[in-house]
Amino acid sequence: MHPPHLSRRRALAGGAGALAAAGALGSLTGCAAPATAAGPGQTLLRFWHLFGGGDGVNMQGMLEEFRAAHPSIALEATTLQWGAPYYTKLGMAGAGGRAPELAVLHLARLAGFAPGRLLDPFDLGLLAEHGVQEEHFPPDIWRRGQAGGRQYAVPLDTHPFVLYYQTEICEKAGLMSGGSLRPVNGAGEFADALRAVKKATGRPGLVTETFGADCITPWRLFSTFYSQTGGAVLSPDGRRLALDDTKALRVLEYLTSLVEEGLMVRRADYPACVSIFNEGKTAFHLNGEWEITTYRNAKIPFSMTRVPALFGSASAQADCHTFVLPHQAGRGGAPDEAAHAFVAWMLRNSVAWAEGGHVPAYLPVLGTPEYLALKPQSEYRDVIDDVALDEPAWFAGSASRMWIELGAVLSGALTGSRTPRGALDEVKARLRTLLDTRNPLPGAAS
Amino acid sequence: MTTTAMAPVPAGERTGGGRPPAARTVRRAWTEHGLVFVAPFLLVYALFLVWPLISGVGMSLTSENITGAGGEFIGLDNYAEAIRDPEVWSSLWNTVWFTVLSTVPLVVAGLGLALLAHHLRAVQWLWRLSWFAPYLLPSGVVCLLFLYMIYPSDFGLADQLLASVGLEPGIGWLGDERYAMLSVVATTVWWTVGFNFLLYLAALQAIPAHLYEAAELDGAGAWHRLRHITLPLLRRTTGLVLVLQVLASLKIFDQVYLMTGGGPDDSTRPILQYVYQQGFTGYRMGYASAVSYIFFALILTVSLVQPLLSRRRAEEAAK
Repeated sequence: MHPPHLSRRRALAGGAGALAAAGALGSLTGCAAPATAAGPGQTLLRFWHLFGGGDGVNMQGMLEEFRAAHPSIALEATTLQWGAPYYTKLGMAGAGGRAPELAVLHLARLAGFAPGRLLDPFDLGLLAEHGVQEEHFPPDIWRRGQAGGRQYAVPLDTHPFVLYYQTEICEKAGLMSGGSLRPVNGAGEFADALRAVKKATGRPGLVTETFGADCITPWRLFSTFYSQTGGAVLSPDGRRLALDDTKALRVLEYLTSLVEEGLMVRRADYPACVSIFNEGKTAFHLNGEWEITTYRNAKIPFSMTRVPALFGSASAQADCHTFVLPHQAGRGGAPDEAAHAFVAWMLRNSVAWAEGGHVPAYLPVLGTPEYLALKPQSEYRDVIDDVALDEPAWFAGSASRMWIELGAVLSGALTGSRTPRGALDEVKARLRTLLDTRNPLPGAAS
Repeated sequence: MTTTAMAPVPAGERTGGGRPPAARTVRRAWTEHGLVFVAPFLLVYALFLVWPLISGVGMSLTSENITGAGGEFIGLDNYAEAIRDPEVWSSLWNTVWFTVLSTVPLVVAGLGLALLAHHLRAVQWLWRLSWFAPYLLPSGVVCLLFLYMIYPSDFGLADQLLASVGLEPGIGWLGDERYAMLSVVATTVWWTVGFNFLLYLAALQAIPAHLYEAAELDGAGAWHRLRHITLPLLRRTTGLVLVLQVLASLKIFDQVYLMTGGGPDDSTRPILQYVYQQGFTGYRMGYASAVSYIFFALILTVSLVQPLLSRRRAEEAAK
């Protein structure tokens, strides 16, 4: 019996390969893929990722295109639940040495992921054969993928914190010029803009996730503005506390003052804050860029831009999706080569990925007409040079303990159960505890 | 002999000497037989309860991570760290507070509903069904029901109810530290009261009717009958309900995990969730084991102390 997606690939190769069809069929792949998906003469390539929602649809489309272009590779993709469950599973698979050929990892989590023990390094020669080289990436982001002189993570994108805005409301509040938001410089101007919105609509002008289960946006928000002051949370090696009280307090007091003045919604969990923006009840929304698909599908009049520079520089909190090779006891041979070929193909075709809002990390894509035609995605692409990633520490990165714990503490400051000072003290105490705790997954190369 | 009647001798032994086996042989044969029957259970018990208990203690003395590799023996360091860890104490307090808040209404409401169902003679099956039905739902269903129907501040039933009696709606039932724990308690009471209700109802039905008849002849009113007949005769059931309820409430995890994730600001996070976070998000299996053994000690104390107390009460009552 032929595995079900073989016949599908033939159908696609036969000229019916419209992306829409691929997307519709793609959802079947997950449950239909048998244990051994490789047909005769095919190389099995297993790929784990954590992309749901709009990202999931984009990813499925790309995977189907890859399948159509590579009949000799049987690609078996598994979508796992985002966050801590994903990383638990990935870690255990690597520890057992029976991991899939390829997986996705957030770059800031690399330090805690035991490169050399849970992850295998990339073969840069093999990547180069497929046209992917170090100079194709922003140097900082490429370097963050290294440990012990080897390349463990190859970045696919950067996903920064951005500012979404309702064009019609901003127009009414007199904040637009020439079809886009007038530049906002400094914390005072931003507060004024929010006041103008409040005057025009009678409602708070800004919404962002302030509480909820495993709520991490308060951390992203703080990290964004704190990085703009030039402050660092940890020392560059991720081993010591480097939080600057004065700068951190400035940011926290500013954010709480926005809430106190009624310029920002005090209580909104993630779904609520998306629906508040979606229903046009507010003008501004601070979040990761990935919700673009949601707002696109809702056909609301919105656009997005970089987070304005409120405290100095215009940097924004970010993390990167990267490809990694989870540790396999006998890595090598055709499956490993297929994994390298897949990574290179995905990078070269990451315009499709950029539709979901992410800024491709593969620089040659950033200059292509296809990418530049993506609006508003390509308008904030230069943020890739100003992103603030967590310092390399085992407890940092997307869905990490640091994010979840500090997210809860900072949520208290935004919703009013903690004072800015109290929240800052608690943040420092939590960070000290994390720093004093032994890395539970000590890596060979970190 | 009664022994032979109770335990037939195996065929192999009966073909032995031809004379009737001595009583002692029979008893041993019976024991061996018993072991064969009990063995599967013992095996499962040893494999899934005794062994994890022992290996858990071992793990709590190491720095083992989630991959099961790289753990070194570190003695009591994990316990020392746990005792100094404010998160352990705050989440332990949340667990105890939840237990206090939930046990009282669950026992009282269980009794109240049982009394109602016992005395409402018409369509009794309907009362029984409606009060016990929620208990049959999985916790995931219950939590979603409350998350999407009862608690949302825009259209939730809870706010509608407040508005209908003229109170200010718009309460963040699960997002406000003042109400989050109470909301989880309310959900739990609605969901699990059926079990206590059933225990009480069974006990009520076991009270002989002639006691009430005699009391009525002596002129005792409804309140006196409740105070002097029903409640004293339910004492044993109340003891059982109380222990079972305290133990069940101490093990709170799923409602909180699904409804608030432990928030806002960790204000509803129970100790079991902290164990989960340390073990599965933080990868520290050794430390998570140590924390769970501290919790285990608490549960063990409760389950040992309660029967002691109730026995003493029973002895005093007998005097």
